[in-house]
Amino acid sequence: MSDAGTTLDITGWTCPAPLRDRPRVVMGHGGGGALSAELVEHLFAPAFGGDVLAQLGDSAAVSLGGVRLAFSTDSYVVRPLFFPGGGIGDLAVNGTVNDLAMSGARAAYLSCGFILEEGIEMSVVARVAEAMGAAARTAGVEIATGDTKVVEAGHGDGVYINTAGIGIIPDGVDLRPQRVVPGDVVIVSGEIGLHGVAIMSVREGLEFGVDVESDCAALGGLVQSMLAVTPDLHVLRDPTRGGLAASLNEIAAASGTGVVIRERSVPVPAAVANACAILGLDPLYVANEGKLVAFVPREHAEAVMDAMRAHPLGRAATVIGEAVDAHPGLVVARTALGGTRVVDLPIGEQLPRIC
Amino acid sequence: MKYIEEFQDPALARRLLDDIHATVTRPWALMEVCGGQTHTIIRHGIDQLLPEQVELIHGPGCPVCVTPLEVIDKALEIASRPDVIFCSFGDMLRVPGTGRDLFQVRSEGGDVRVVYSPLDALRVAQENPQRQVVFFGIGFETTAPPNAMTVHQAKKLGIHNFSLLVSHVRVPPAIEAIMQSPSCRVQGFLAAGHVCSVMGVSEYPELAARHRVPIVVTGFEPLDILEGVRRAVRQLERGEHTVDNAYARAVRPEGNPAALAMLEDVFEVTDRAWRGIGVIPDSGWRLSARYRDFDAEHRFSVSGINTREPAECRSGEVLQGLLKPHECEAFGTLCTPRSPLGATMVSSEGACAAYYLYRRLELGTVPAAATTPQEASPVV
Amino acid sequence: MCLAVPGRVLDIGEKDGTRMATVDFGGVQKEVCLEYLPDLQVGEYAIVHVGFALQRLDEESARQTLALFEELGMLQEEFGDPWEQAAAQAGADSPWPFADGPFGGEATAPQHVQEEGRP
Repeated sequence: MSDAGTTLDITGWTCPAPLRDRPRVVMGHGGGGALSAELVEHLFAPAFGGDVLAQLGDSAAVSLGGVRLAFSTDSYVVRPLFFPGGGIGDLAVNGTVNDLAMSGARAAYLSCGFILEEGIEMSVVARVAEAMGAAARTAGVEIATGDTKVVEAGHGDGVYINTAGIGIIPDGVDLRPQRVVPGDVVIVSGEIGLHGVAIMSVREGLEFGVDVESDCAALGGLVQSMLAVTPDLHVLRDPTRGGLAASLNEIAAASGTGVVIRERSVPVPAAVANACAILGLDPLYVANEGKLVAFVPREHAEAVMDAMRAHPLGRAATVIGEAVDAHPGLVVARTALGGTRVVDLPIGEQLPRIC
Repeated sequence: MKYIEEFQDPALARRLLDDIHATVTRPWALMEVCGGQTHTIIRHGIDQLLPEQVELIHGPGCPVCVTPLEVIDKALEIASRPDVIFCSFGDMLRVPGTGRDLFQVRSEGGDVRVVYSPLDALRVAQENPQRQVVFFGIGFETTAPPNAMTVHQAKKLGIHNFSLLVSHVRVPPAIEAIMQSPSCRVQGFLAAGHVCSVMGVSEYPELAARHRVPIVVTGFEPLDILEGVRRAVRQLERGEHTVDNAYARAVRPEGNPAALAMLEDVFEVTDRAWRGIGVIPDSGWRLSARYRDFDAEHRFSVSGINTREPAECRSGEVLQGLLKPHECEAFGTLCTPRSPLGATMVSSEGACAAYYLYRRLELGTVPAAATTPQEASPVV
Repeated sequence: MCLAVPGRVLDIGEKDGTRMATVDFGGVQKEVCLEYLPDLQVGEYAIVHVGFALQRLDEESARQTLALFEELGMLQEEFGDPWEQAAAQAGADSPWPFADGPFGGEATAPQHVQEEGRP
């Protein structure tokens, strides 16, 4: 059909073979979207077995000796190692502290595994370590154990860090998407997209000037102040990779409710919106490192909002939507013009586009 | 941002919508040519706010969607070479060739890089003189001038390790092809504003007159789209078919003379295959003889790649507005945005990808409140 | 095909014999090639696509277009907006879920977000 000179037949337009199964890992498998979810569901979970993993939350809730613990791990691979508003060190502490906080737990102890690349300057490692210590003190958590490995030059981006953490989940706190019911109010703790845009602004090939810093912060204190209002919050998530869209989709899918957000209510700083505009990205899909999204029973929502706004990390807390009966499992945005659109789970990495 | 915020104003959008509602008396099928316009329509839910009589058919104006399989396969082949750094706009990495895509090439060890501008690729070439740097030069008339300038610079600066894999396409021949199709339902076009920023509007009066269709040069913000629709519907209701510029702030009738001169120097018009459609005469550009040395197809002698496309996908009918995407047997089952069968599903601007989102919404019972303009006002 | 965004020229220079500018997109700055708009001046706006300024934005045209949109509403305003009337009649069927909730409509969004809002 693609021979020149034959009659043009637009109705006969056909399409190429699909790419269904990936024989190798692609970057999207680490992007926090659909590909990541499938890797866990179809490869890791069946291989590991076990009931706790099936929770598939940011952290696992386990009982040990009559105490409910939150247990979580995360690995940090970020380029460049230092970026406006933070670096891999703060990220490695705050990220795991936040994963625990999303279970309602205050982080108690962290472990820390370094994978260092041969040749990296000792001063860089020191800078990372000092940032980790400072972040741990701020978050009120102790780095209790660790490990260091070195890989040959060329086999790592200088520093990779894994941290794991544990913390105690207070009595009466049960945060999981299955508890979401229609009518729950969706609150985001502040402006979105700052971390992702800060990183992109210094990423090779994309560099742009922007007065935006990463929002990297430990959310344990904010969560405690919310739980002080009521232990009956339904679910919390920190919208990191995949952004707010990924978190809302995970909650919608796991809870079996629909989620409606009002797009104009979502707090997007102008610089984030404009950076996204020139790259063709959607702020809802851009990563955050110091924000949370909460599904709160309607009767407690106002008091929870007050508590959040009284906390330095929740000053710009905003109601952005609610859980609904309709379209179970789907996240729908009401646009400023009064239309609607589906906010889908990101597939893999968000890529700058020209179209 | 100035020139954007004002053109997203919900109160003015309502005035435009009111006017369209008041004007329309019969069903009309309009095609927005450009994928960027489709994106705005989906992103803001604009088609839900238009009168039922106004149908928007999403056109073929997404360069990702129409880049022929053969060229993608050539890109994959070149990008797999160990001596090559392959640079591309981000959109292209997910587009499937035969059996794999650029993501996969990267996972197999290929050096594939996303760049914001073709000039970034040229810089990569300067920084890596011992490697071959290839830029994937796709796009319509808007993207062709930047790519042309980059090749021009490479020649001027003597950067011989840089080359361009070219698959540029031109809008007017595509409009002609769509109108010539016997089953064509399109009654008016929203022409792609940024293409016209470069090319001007001189190619359109003849098309509008011969096919008796209004062609409204349209911008990309919500108010621009609504104004394009409003002017097209107005013409159709009056039985007119002229070229109208609804994007005057960015489109001069003569286009951009400097860009046109560069296109003339660097490229020459050629027949070009559109993915799945086939060859449309004179619908593309290739590097002119003066720049043949910078043509990646010549440099890497990739040719003779067979294209085999699955029969399940009916995106040609979708493109024509003859078939709604969800009426395709493969839709949502064999074919999803994650594993696209067809080009229209690959890009977020593609008609099927856009519809994929909507249709799922309609299947899950959505409150009617979302779709009627009367009830839209309190939320704006 | 055309993700092109309006930006304002901050300063103009030269690189490898090419006219380049720093262009501001509402707080985001990129290097942009001006070869296609050789007479573009500091302070002016242009449509920018993949790092190239492709066409100057005409402020007067933009103003006229917006004025036209304003005028479209004049008739409705004289007789009352049919949408608002319909919405008022619809009453409790307000489409936004919080109309009956604790935060009541627009009041929930912080003021600065309303103002800066979208690009």
